[in-house]
Amino acid sequence: MPDIPVLEVRDLRVEFPGRYGTLTALDGVSLHIQAGEILGVVGESGAGKSMTGLAVQGLLEPPGRIAEGEIWLSGRRIDQLSNRQMEKVRGREIGAIFQDPLTSLNPLFSVGSQLTETIRLHLDMNRKEARAHAMDLLRQVGIPAPEDRIDHYPHQFSGGMRQRVVIALALAAHPKLIVADEPTTALDVSVQAQIIALLRRLCDDLGTAVMLVTHDMGVIAETADRVAVMYAGRLTEVGPARDVLRRPSHPYTRGLMGSIPALGRRVEVLTQIDGSMPRLDAIPSGCAFNPRCQDAGPRCRRERPDLIETGSGASACWLVQGGVE
Amino acid sequence: MIAALKVHKLTRVFDVSAPWLNRVIERKPRQYLQAVDDISFEVPAGGCLSLVGESGCGKSTVARLVTGLYAPSRGQIAFADDIDGAPLSAQMIFQDPYASLNPRWRVRDVIAEPLREMRLRETEAEIRARVDELLLTVGLSPGDGAKFPHEFSGGQRQRISIARALATEPRFLVCDEPTSALDVSVQAQILNLMRRLQDELGLTYLFISHDLSVVRHMSDRIAVMYLGRILEEAETEILFETPRHPYTRLLLETIPNIENPRRAREAAEGEVPSPLNPPTGCTFHPRCPLADSRCRIERPKMLMLADGTRVACHRVAEAEGNSGREARA
Repeated sequence: MPDIPVLEVRDLRVEFPGRYGTLTALDGVSLHIQAGEILGVVGESGAGKSMTGLAVQGLLEPPGRIAEGEIWLSGRRIDQLSNRQMEKVRGREIGAIFQDPLTSLNPLFSVGSQLTETIRLHLDMNRKEARAHAMDLLRQVGIPAPEDRIDHYPHQFSGGMRQRVVIALALAAHPKLIVADEPTTALDVSVQAQIIALLRRLCDDLGTAVMLVTHDMGVIAETADRVAVMYAGRLTEVGPARDVLRRPSHPYTRGLMGSIPALGRRVEVLTQIDGSMPRLDAIPSGCAFNPRCQDAGPRCRRERPDLIETGSGASACWLVQGGVE
Repeated sequence: MIAALKVHKLTRVFDVSAPWLNRVIERKPRQYLQAVDDISFEVPAGGCLSLVGESGCGKSTVARLVTGLYAPSRGQIAFADDIDGAPLSAQMIFQDPYASLNPRWRVRDVIAEPLREMRLRETEAEIRARVDELLLTVGLSPGDGAKFPHEFSGGQRQRISIARALATEPRFLVCDEPTSALDVSVQAQILNLMRRLQDELGLTYLFISHDLSVVRHMSDRIAVMYLGRILEEAETEILFETPRHPYTRLLLETIPNIENPRRAREAAEGEVPSPLNPPTGCTFHPRCPLADSRCRIERPKMLMLADGTRVACHRVAEAEGNSGREARA
């Protein structure tokens, strides 16, 4: 059934109970990703984008916990599964790509043995089949001469090649969903373009859904189908990448887009959003963005806006939902 | 154009050999890394020259050579004379505002350190007044001086670094990736601040970055570096309009473009080779679509074109033919 999204997150709330009260890291996050779709999750550091990725994979560090909400993977609820059950889901149904390709591989094992270990853990294959499959994966992610490279160790690969190995590892058990957390941030621009093109191609060919967590609007513009913008643990705007980047409806997204120096033309002064994102223990009442927002009115300080459909996307702002007064 | 800084045939070689015992037992040869290889450039007074390139291209080494943190192996670095006859004073802003501020010092002491070290103010009251003035200049309040660095966000810390760099009233600032550790909205604040300071204080910048959109926003001229060499240097608008060198073209094609994403494009293959063992001839030839046998053997000379662009490429030199040579003569 094509209608059931691969990933559906409903009203997710993640809390970190602490000595001085409970911090709410994620608040009312709802999103969904269809097969073959790339959803970009963007925001500044501390906005909760990585936290969303971790919550989906069941990798929240205690005392962090899901306080409210549901996570559904292809029609099956996964947020209540035990750790042991989640171990079967991770790798098998959800693949992960992390920012730093050096720390996500074990330096003591060859990439071949790391790949075959993952493959045999999740798929019913003998050693020989697993090795052949590993070779296939390396070829798929564009590593030249995989029959030689399969027995090499991670330090023998360059940064871009290492990230390709990590992607191969994430793909090993044909997952339905890949959570990629800043997959290109540690790479140089020319290599970044290669990895972006690779992700896009794999997503198209294999029909894998991808949750792409990044702070780089350029990467989003080049890869994502839809984009979700986060601020202080909440979603501010969700919509098709094209519309959100070109005609942002939320003042925060507008400020964010204006603050990026343009490649095409030179502006004298960049739009700047004064101040910085609130800490989790000092999120203002009403809309979290109201102290930095130029268009804020009394209602923004009083009531929190919900994420409401507006045209092609959805926006959490009183401006587009009947006024700020 | 008056040059605030002239760099002539600058080279820096690092000895990266294995320790003596390993060399003797394992018969490893001595190994050298040519981080900066025979580069020349000028920074116009009151302007901004940017060095761009991928990691390992030597741009940060140039920054450290210019500020005297490394000694050059060969070549000259000359600052122009200031009004008082002494060479222009230079200061540096570092990339990581979390590592470049002493966590045990109060912010006012961090900023006052250069004043005290260089005895620029006589009394403690004068130092305090200058520190307060500097804090205001970079958009913080005088009361922030009593706080410690950990009480500030990344962007505010970078403002403190800038205040410290400005304390000695330098005319020249070397900025090594000043915004790469910051979020975009904060980056915009810092870039706007740096532009404003440049206008108000008449500063000259040597700006180092890997981010071409930031570089375009900040600079008058751009030099593109690759494996320790400058491949192309041109006015900002000319470089973006008509990139000459194949590497510059590759860079401009591969950066993600928000306004005009090209999803169908084919990403160029290959990565930057190790600087320990750079390719012969033109160092870019293994990745260059236009390379031929000459590029593999002969290192291209820097060619000055009619519009003031300097480019080191055999193919460009051949295409430009006579016009290029005339401009040089």
